[in-house]
Amino acid sequence: MRHYDQARFHDDEGPEYEPLLSEKFGTEQAVEDTPLPDELTRDSLELPAPAEPELSRHYVRLSQQNYAIETGPYPLGSCTMKFNPPFTEDVAADPNGMVHPDRPGETIQGNLELLYTLQEYLAEIGGMDAVTLQPPAGAAGEFTGNRIAAAYHEANGEGHRSEVVVPDTAHGTNPASAAMAGYDVVEIPSGDDGRVELDALEAAVGEDTALFMLTNPNTLGLFERDIEDIAEIVHEAGGLVYYDGANLNALLGRARPGDMGYDIMHYNVHKTFATPHGGGGPGAGPVGVVDELTEFLPTPQVREQDDGDGYELFEPAQTIGKVHNYQGNWLVLIKAMAYIARLGDEGLCATSANAVLNANYLATQIDLDIPFEPFHHEFVASAGDLDASDMAKRMLDFGVHPPTTKWPEIVSQALMTEPTEGESKETLDLLAEAFNAAKTSDEEALSSAPHRTTARRIDQADAARNPRLSWQALEEN
Amino acid sequence: MSGSPYAPNTETDTSEMLDAVGVSDVEALFDIPEPVRFDGDFDIESRSEPAVLNMVSDMLGNNDDLTEFLGRGYYDHYVPSVVDRLSLRSEFLTSYTQYQPEVTQGFLQALFEYQSILVELTGLPVANASMYDAASGLAEAALLASRIRDADGTDVLVPEYVREERVSVLENYVAGHDINVKRVGTADGTLDIDALTAAVDEDTLMVYAESPTTRGTIEEHLAEIGEIAHENDAMFAVASDPVAMSILEAPGDLGADVVVGDAVLGMPNAYGMGLGIFATRDDYLRHVPGRLIGIGEDQDGKRAFTLTLQTREQHIRRERATSNICTNQAWVALRTAIHAASLGPDGLVDLAEQMVELPRDLAAQLDALPGIEAPVHDRHHFREFVARTEAPASEIAADLEDEGFAVQAVDDHELQFTVTETNEHAVDDLLAAVEEVVA
Repeated sequence: MRHYDQARFHDDEGPEYEPLLSEKFGTEQAVEDTPLPDELTRDSLELPAPAEPELSRHYVRLSQQNYAIETGPYPLGSCTMKFNPPFTEDVAADPNGMVHPDRPGETIQGNLELLYTLQEYLAEIGGMDAVTLQPPAGAAGEFTGNRIAAAYHEANGEGHRSEVVVPDTAHGTNPASAAMAGYDVVEIPSGDDGRVELDALEAAVGEDTALFMLTNPNTLGLFERDIEDIAEIVHEAGGLVYYDGANLNALLGRARPGDMGYDIMHYNVHKTFATPHGGGGPGAGPVGVVDELTEFLPTPQVREQDDGDGYELFEPAQTIGKVHNYQGNWLVLIKAMAYIARLGDEGLCATSANAVLNANYLATQIDLDIPFEPFHHEFVASAGDLDASDMAKRMLDFGVHPPTTKWPEIVSQALMTEPTEGESKETLDLLAEAFNAAKTSDEEALSSAPHRTTARRIDQADAARNPRLSWQALEEN
Repeated sequence: MSGSPYAPNTETDTSEMLDAVGVSDVEALFDIPEPVRFDGDFDIESRSEPAVLNMVSDMLGNNDDLTEFLGRGYYDHYVPSVVDRLSLRSEFLTSYTQYQPEVTQGFLQALFEYQSILVELTGLPVANASMYDAASGLAEAALLASRIRDADGTDVLVPEYVREERVSVLENYVAGHDINVKRVGTADGTLDIDALTAAVDEDTLMVYAESPTTRGTIEEHLAEIGEIAHENDAMFAVASDPVAMSILEAPGDLGADVVVGDAVLGMPNAYGMGLGIFATRDDYLRHVPGRLIGIGEDQDGKRAFTLTLQTREQHIRRERATSNICTNQAWVALRTAIHAASLGPDGLVDLAEQMVELPRDLAAQLDALPGIEAPVHDRHHFREFVARTEAPASEIAADLEDEGFAVQAVDDHELQFTVTETNEHAVDDLLAAVEEVVA
């Protein structure tokens, strides 16, 4: 089997790890003779001081001990980690866009035009009437959507609505965001087919319902075929319907949340539009809304001036205020805009087609039970009698990143897999081989995996029981 | 099939894959009811890579070329080339959250080192791996206070000098909770201790202060403010930044229970995009929002890094999680760590000293001009200060814009000037322009 080799530094004799900066270079610097009175200043600053060649080698070595999409596939279901075209970095590095966030709008027409263009792109792609680009992450978008819903109900004299309904397959951030916005979370179980059951939804919604949050396709990769009825049930009860954009990759150019009856949505521009989110971020979580909610969007918004002569910032009449100190994650927004402009209609439609074909093909090559179908861009396989975590660790031995494990919980020992459109058939075959080899591994190989990675299996329970979160803490032990 | 430059399947691959799946056309795989199907015409043209580069470059070229003397919480520091060179390595830039720590030791270690640098700077033993910005850090501090405090207090006391935008984010975060944001008076650019003493009572959940403040002053009474908060069983949260904390006494040593702020290091002036910091005491460890990187052992007994205390997070606790943070600012944290390490303690202290000296010099030179007094607050300043103008400040700001400078009018007769190593070279030209427009 060919390997995407992640194990460059692990062998029995070699160095186990790169020393910490503090271990390599020591710390300590006295702070004296400052232009401030002594009583305001610290006595010393204990930090390492590597010279630039040493610093460079340290971080290059760290980079080499790190898996990334440009070293191998990342089939993490619902996380949508796909290839990010490097040219977007050059676009984002344009020095003309590097301005202070307090600059008056008339002096930064370029930035405003870019934001406006992205707002328009996203509104069109989502079938929404207006978009805010301010939320700095997908979950921040969810939170923003919850706040918009609260402001809307309040304005309609329905501030008593205190509940947000989510299906049991919802991303964990949905209930967390709703709770942060002050809502009680009501979870409804999925039906036997893995989709929202209309009776359960009808029983759950009522005069207390503020919002129903639902991704589509859902996290099992299944399209919620009853979406029109779902929207109607929630609307009948006086609630709003929220689209979690984490799975939008599967729908690009095929269906739009706005057309399905959704009132609010967020876009994970770092997933759907493949902006790199190195190490887990930053991303950005723009929020789209239908007409009747546009007045509640965060401030400021960007619009074209009436005279058609440029762009301006303005405050929506009943704005919820701000959800980021400034304008959100600007560099991510540039990359998303550039990515969409590069693909255009044809590329966006091709994205969903290739993502869905890749998922369906990979599923046919894996010798595991996939209980729910037909699925779109991701599927959830069951490891059966095996522990999904063991399977995942064993897959690391074959040089690939494993899928998301043990979630959603309605599939026993779940392996939630999303290959994305960015993988070739050859890579999908390699992934399938890793799945199948892991599944047929003997018990010893499974329980002791991984064997050829930078670190072997880590005792996470012990790390949590005895937290050491800094080199200072390490020295104390 | 492809149709996208980022989808590698050839026609042959596609037909083999369709055969394997058992359909003749990829459209058959889309399980979307007819009424909600979309025909796929967004009217967005497909463009080549150079065409997109030109498109964006043309757009951003429409920004006015102004030399900025703006700050109030967001600052431009020179980012050494080595930060770009290293952080843009694809093993960092295109990696994801470290759910499989065995193959992500590199990024985990970088974040662990970032946390350690924050521990030293803040004087608090626990730092998380990032917030979105200072505003979200402040908001999460208020939510933390409401979780850990036994008493029934609901008031978060925020000085008047704090940026309205930061307060607005705070108000959004606490809107669904039993928390009220109350403003406390500012005296000569720092918190008014008398006003605080009058405002604080058994309803006080948290007292917040900044040093440096939004108005560029160094808060000289942090320890006293902390004592007032603690005497009333309230939490004490302080905002600062890594450059300021390189020289100022660590907030944790002055009684701060939480330190938040914008990281300032690591990013160029990116229209407000950056990194929020968050540090706190050991006692509150299990209530900290966001990601934490810890150290553990692998099965060979070797040291290894891992995401830890994940039972706080939303993928396990869902609606009871400490926060909803999932995608965070990890890559900026990496850049901040590289930037801090490249400066080292000497470089950080030198930079911080410059941030005291540059505004001091600029204020003195402005003060020597007719029609303007600076600084208005008799305080120590960091990076910036407020100046009082005879003519309306907004008119002066507009005139300076015509001369090629961006400064902020913060009140009818107040302008704020921010100076760092990145605009220091333009100070003489600025002074000449100010002299011309105030005359």
